[in-house]
Amino acid sequence: MLAMNYRGPKRVRIDHKPMPEILHPEDAIVRVVRSCICGSDLHLYNGNVPDTRVGSTFGHEFVGVVEEIGPDVQKLKVGDKVIVPFNIACGKCAFCKQELYGNCHEANSQASAVGGIFGYSHTAGGYNGGQAEYVRVPYADVGPTVIPEGMDLDDAVMLTDVVPTGYQAAEMGGIQKGDTVVVFGAGPIGIMAAKCSWLFGAGRVIVIDKEEYRLEFARNYSQCEAYNFMEMDDPAVFVKKTTDWMGADVCIDAVGAEAAGNVLQTITGRKLLLQAGSATALHWAINSVKKGGIVSIVGVYGPTDNLVPIGNVVNKGITIRANQASVKRLLPRLIDHVMNGVIKPKQLITHRVPLEEVADAYRIFSDKLDNCIKPVLIPPSANM
Amino acid sequence: MEDTTKDYSHINGWGIDADPKNDPTYPMKRRTNEEHSGYSWERPPQQPINMEVLHSIERPNISAVFGTAMPPSGLSGMIRRFAFKHSENSYLHWLPLLLADRVNVVEGIIEDFKEGKAPNIFAEKGYPAEWKYEKGSLVTKMAVGAAVVGVAVLMFAGEKKRKKWFYNLMER
Ligand SMILES: [Zn+2]
Ligand SMILES: [Zn+2]
Repeated sequence: MLAMNYRGPKRVRIDHKPMPEILHPEDAIVRVVRSCICGSDLHLYNGNVPDTRVGSTFGHEFVGVVEEIGPDVQKLKVGDKVIVPFNIACGKCAFCKQELYGNCHEANSQASAVGGIFGYSHTAGGYNGGQAEYVRVPYADVGPTVIPEGMDLDDAVMLTDVVPTGYQAAEMGGIQKGDTVVVFGAGPIGIMAAKCSWLFGAGRVIVIDKEEYRLEFARNYSQCEAYNFMEMDDPAVFVKKTTDWMGADVCIDAVGAEAAGNVLQTITGRKLLLQAGSATALHWAINSVKKGGIVSIVGVYGPTDNLVPIGNVVNKGITIRANQASVKRLLPRLIDHVMNGVIKPKQLITHRVPLEEVADAYRIFSDKLDNCIKPVLIPPSANM
Repeated sequence: MEDTTKDYSHINGWGIDADPKNDPTYPMKRRTNEEHSGYSWERPPQQPINMEVLHSIERPNISAVFGTAMPPSGLSGMIRRFAFKHSENSYLHWLPLLLADRVNVVEGIIEDFKEGKAPNIFAEKGYPAEWKYEKGSLVTKMAVGAAVVGVAVLMFAGEKKRKKWFYNLMER
């Protein structure tokens, strides 16, 4: 089968790889029909996530058709079209029982801090991902959810990560009616977080980024205000000023480790890898939120240390909430929202690329070429 | 304060998920007393361990399922084994892993040649796409690359050649 193959920082290609096999009684093999490249894949692509081994296949956002099931799989059958959450979760451990499906303890041997994630380095379990024709899906009865009749595959694939992560970012903000929410980052997750903030009753939603085309996209899609930090002296001062010098009720970091905007952070976090990515957006979130406010973090950071203004967190009495999205917990609600037209996620997809051209797709997405917001890869065997 | 809050009820779905009791500890607080007894859940069956799987020293065992993408091998594998002797709380875990990743890249290139194929690095880096959408940046990148290679060549060249090159440059 064809699969994306990581060869080193900024080097990927398409190769023939052996077909995945059932290795555990609760496994399924899924034929991929859509898979996305995610902003967090760029941390892997740039070689910033420890234990990203050459030869791995990335891809944690995919939907497909069940081709084969292990002997203990009961809820799925061959031929089902499924949404596969990006997190791999057993459904039995202490954390799964609390619906913390992003924090499962039976899916990743290699680290205790992060759960199992498809195609996301050995630090996240060493699984091959969905940027391929076929993929092995462990615990097939827990995560995978049958795509409802009539749902567009492009909408479905966005339910594997982008929509739940954006939604949970807003949910973790504890937004109360009328709150001012500031979202740092106008990538797909930031745009979705801004959109979902309205569902929790926000009174004002502001998005901050540096790419004009992404800001324009956010304004249209998320019906929010959007500003370019390149035109600000200081984002924290800007937020204070526009909130009558109080600060935002809720700040969302939807950027994570690849943040631009601060030279020191870029050098220590992105170039020298001395901290877990550049924490610029997180600084801005902490310093822009109102005293007693909530900072919600969904941006992905590496596992090493970070230089974070923790003193300001204490002095301002900020609540910080952060997690990988608990996709399975949120799916029923979000499927309803998509079916009812409250959220239209496929509108974020700007590029449809054959899987064979994966190297170009990564370059376009990572360099923000051709006004790219979200690329989806389509394997030759998709047939739909 | 200027009232910036407007009527947003025209936005599809506005406020439908509003919950005044949205508690910051949700869903973490949805736990039962069972959890106080520690690592005690009924574990899923173990995936057969027929390959080398490294596991964090912060857990007692290998998780019930695990990924089989790339078992540790070669020099990078040795470095990774060393890293996994240290906890996730230690730089001695993460920095060797990053080093192993870089070593692994070289191993990958050697592997490619062994299998009789030269990696097409130009294509792997997606430069055809960059050429299509942003010629200028690619040209700059190539020029910088050429300069770096040039300097490297000079460093390895003998004293005489270096002097000659320097004089040539100054003459122009
Ligand atoms: Zn993702
Ligand atoms: Zn679990």
